Amino acid sequence: MEWEVVIGLEIHAQLATRTKIFSGSATAYGAPPNTQANLVDLGYPGVLPVLNAEAVRMAVKFGLAVGASIAHRSVFARKNYFYPDLPKGYQISQFELPVVSGGTLSIMLEDGSTKTIGITRAHLEEDAGKSLHEGLASATGIDLNRAGTPLLEIVSEPDMRSAKEAVAYMKKMHTLVRYLEICDGNMQEGSFRCDANVSVRPKGQEKFGTRAELKNINSFRFVEKAIHYEVARQIDLIESGGKVVQETRLYDSDKGETRSMRSKEEANDYRYFPDPDLLPLEIEPAFIESVRDTLPELPDAKAARFAADYGLSAYDSGVLASSRELAAFFEEVVAAAGAANAKPAANWIMGDFSASLNRDALDLAAAPVSSAALAGLLHRIADNTISGKMAKDVFEIMWSEGSGADAVIQARGLTQITDTGAIEKAIDECMAANPKQLADYRAGKDKLFGFFVGQVMKATQGKANPAQLNELLKKKLG
Amino acid sequence: MHTLSIGELAQKLAAKQISSLELTDHFLERLSRLNPALNAVITPTVDLARAQAAAADRRRSAGESGPLLGIPLIHKDIFCTEGVRTSCGSRMLDNFVSPYDATVVSRLRCAGAVMLGKSNMDEFAMGSSNETSYYGPVKNPWDLTKVPGGSSGGSAAALAAGLAAFATGTDTGGSIRQPAALTGVVGFKPTYGRVSRYGMIAFASSLDQAGTFTRSAQDAAIVLQAMAGFDPKDSTSVDRPVPDYQGLLGAPLKGLKIGLLQEFFEGLDERNGALIHAALAEFRKLGATTCEVSLPNLPLSVPTYYVVAPAECSSNLSRFDGVRFGYRCEDPKDLMDLYKRSRGEGFGAEVKRRIMTGTYVLSAGYYDAYYLKAQKIRQLITDDFRRAFESVDMLIGPTTPTPAFAIGAKVDDPITMYLNDIYTIGANLAGLPAVSLPCGFVDSLPMGLQLVGPHFAEDSLLNAAHGYQQVTDWHRRTPAGYA
Repeated sequence: MEWEVVIGLEIHAQLATRTKIFSGSATAYGAPPNTQANLVDLGYPGVLPVLNAEAVRMAVKFGLAVGASIAHRSVFARKNYFYPDLPKGYQISQFELPVVSGGTLSIMLEDGSTKTIGITRAHLEEDAGKSLHEGLASATGIDLNRAGTPLLEIVSEPDMRSAKEAVAYMKKMHTLVRYLEICDGNMQEGSFRCDANVSVRPKGQEKFGTRAELKNINSFRFVEKAIHYEVARQIDLIESGGKVVQETRLYDSDKGETRSMRSKEEANDYRYFPDPDLLPLEIEPAFIESVRDTLPELPDAKAARFAADYGLSAYDSGVLASSRELAAFFEEVVAAAGAANAKPAANWIMGDFSASLNRDALDLAAAPVSSAALAGLLHRIADNTISGKMAKDVFEIMWSEGSGADAVIQARGLTQITDTGAIEKAIDECMAANPKQLADYRAGKDKLFGFFVGQVMKATQGKANPAQLNELLKKKLG
Repeated sequence: MHTLSIGELAQKLAAKQISSLELTDHFLERLSRLNPALNAVITPTVDLARAQAAAADRRRSAGESGPLLGIPLIHKDIFCTEGVRTSCGSRMLDNFVSPYDATVVSRLRCAGAVMLGKSNMDEFAMGSSNETSYYGPVKNPWDLTKVPGGSSGGSAAALAAGLAAFATGTDTGGSIRQPAALTGVVGFKPTYGRVSRYGMIAFASSLDQAGTFTRSAQDAAIVLQAMAGFDPKDSTSVDRPVPDYQGLLGAPLKGLKIGLLQEFFEGLDERNGALIHAALAEFRKLGATTCEVSLPNLPLSVPTYYVVAPAECSSNLSRFDGVRFGYRCEDPKDLMDLYKRSRGEGFGAEVKRRIMTGTYVLSAGYYDAYYLKAQKIRQLITDDFRRAFESVDMLIGPTTPTPAFAIGAKVDDPITMYLNDIYTIGANLAGLPAVSLPCGFVDSLPMGLQLVGPHFAEDSLLNAAHGYQQVTDWHRRTPAGYA
């Protein structure tokens, strides 16, 4: 039987506020345990939550960016359960009335077509703390630094039909939240993580299959692996006469498998009810408009503009627009090098420049070659001072020394030879030095053309203008 | 001296006829002598009180003045007090020393009031007789075999016995007004949101409100002035100016329209009813007009309350899990054992009953039938009050159905106990301000009348109460042996 996979994602994006969602504690990552937890975070008797307006602003910004509706009135609810890293015995979240509902996000599929994924809702909630086991003999430690950190839980419709689509959606969302500057997107630190609802159904069947919720997925790679594993598991189960049960499954990235955490029957009854300590969240239209004014150009719009203004391919535009910083860098280079250099600029940024960043594990901001320096290099290529091939070497030196293109070219005497006489002289010498090859070539061994190009380049230390060399060599060899 | 009003004591302090330290020592002496029989105060703070009194005297010497500067009070043990045990009447918090002050506590301290100690209370404010306290029942100074009411029974009994000049309390379903009525003092519950709940250990967050026990309406105005006001730490506190309560007292009551809460008089003990009618006669003499008013949904307030309050309490009390503070069982064998035994051993029977009731009404499949329905009825009751206040300025009725009952008489019958709050719960459900005033005696025990006003009508309630107390002296009666 042919199976269709149905996937919906719940993404938890940690909002980049300075302080927690209901207390004044700092949200910075990596502080010693429990140094960023005040009495509110610790759930002390008598303390009360006060909503962080910045978290609301960020949620609204997100809602506007995905074309969702912003609730005039939304309600915080308590999700009740006992766990040591949940100090109050309940998590403050939103249940029946979320702040954001009904948006969309479009993703690009492998064949280049786009697909629109529905966003059911996005709601504000507080994160829990962490249980620590490392370095503690027979005890469990609790670190409440993360308790109360604001999260935006973004729930998609079950619109994805493959692990690849799920990854594309997650990546697009990752791009978007960083564009909006509402989440740092750091997946190692858990700032951006997701749960996946996965089910399968016979192709053509309308009714959804029974789903499993996969928890604890904190990388793009793991999303794909976890879904693949789970889909195979469900299909095997059904084809061997079994039934998928509705349950929560934990993804174990070490073993590459999912395993049951709890079934529907064992599921907690969270006893949600409106939190009486917090008034309903009321958002005025004027506030929404003021947030709308702060929206940056979004990734899709930016990519479309790159394609239209600079003639870049959809793929290249998409790659450059995938990061706000990268796109800004590209535009700086183009501004300095001129629109005519846009395509080479794109190629260099996505090519040697990005490769060097990756190789040295550097952030864009720490790149030793600035946008102005890269533009300088593009100028020297365009005006034929150096060849594209030489430019690669010049770029390497610029990267390691942090110097400009002109300085490198001058210091190393790397100026391209465009003097026809000089190139002709070098060709003549090479022909004279290799009579056998010359004879063979003239006897029809065309492949030896490359040999002569190499010899002349070697003799000119690679400085001969390649186009001129080709032309002159063809003439001379006859 | 211990029977004088705050105003009278403030005059003596201002005139340097007495120092705050002397006044404090006077109350501390009474406390150590009289409290053992009453069990009203569970944590006296003698050294702190004397230090605060000395500080108040220094502030006065430095030229400061104020109606509460140097005036001794007792805080209900539900308010967090920095460096002082805050038990909430529970074994669960018997070892809990708060690292911070509740807003009510810090405001009164800033006003110069001197804390003599923390008063006994029903465990986590759940009770109407002060018998659910881990520290044992409080005795009513009018008759030591009787309860003082609850949950703020310790504060009420302490004030009635002259152990302080005033006391604080909290009122979730009548926990200030009912004990005030049963001990013959003035109990004032402000509008929900008028006084900050920050640092007040939560029982039912949407109903809890801090208030006062005083000897007179005028004293209530003075104390409320210091307590009330917006607190950025409490999102449910209301950002609205606090009127000059004391300055507004004394306005004539002519033209005041008082509605008799019809539902409260049905089946009412005749002697109790007679006291209310006598009070009404006084109000009429002062120029007020009276009429009957019906709030048809009000009889549903007790069942509504006993869904909403336990629901909130079941969640509010989850934080007492033996992990970070409070009681922890011996040698827990695993996490579940830690939870079960810490909570099982740390909480008393009434608290457990309400946690279980609340958990039940919030459960999947029951939420709509109980919690949601109760919230709808709550809205109907609130609407009833709103409609009533379109035609009258305030409502009047008894505070309690009966005078103080015998200790032990109702402990085995929670429903009968719950019905004690039948007249007080409505104001909590609707978030309205209400005051209980001494209005006479039944069986030699004090009784209270209750005035309920519209939201933020603290000033007119206090003024009406003050007017009544200008022509009556029920509030000046003191129990024998405590004069």
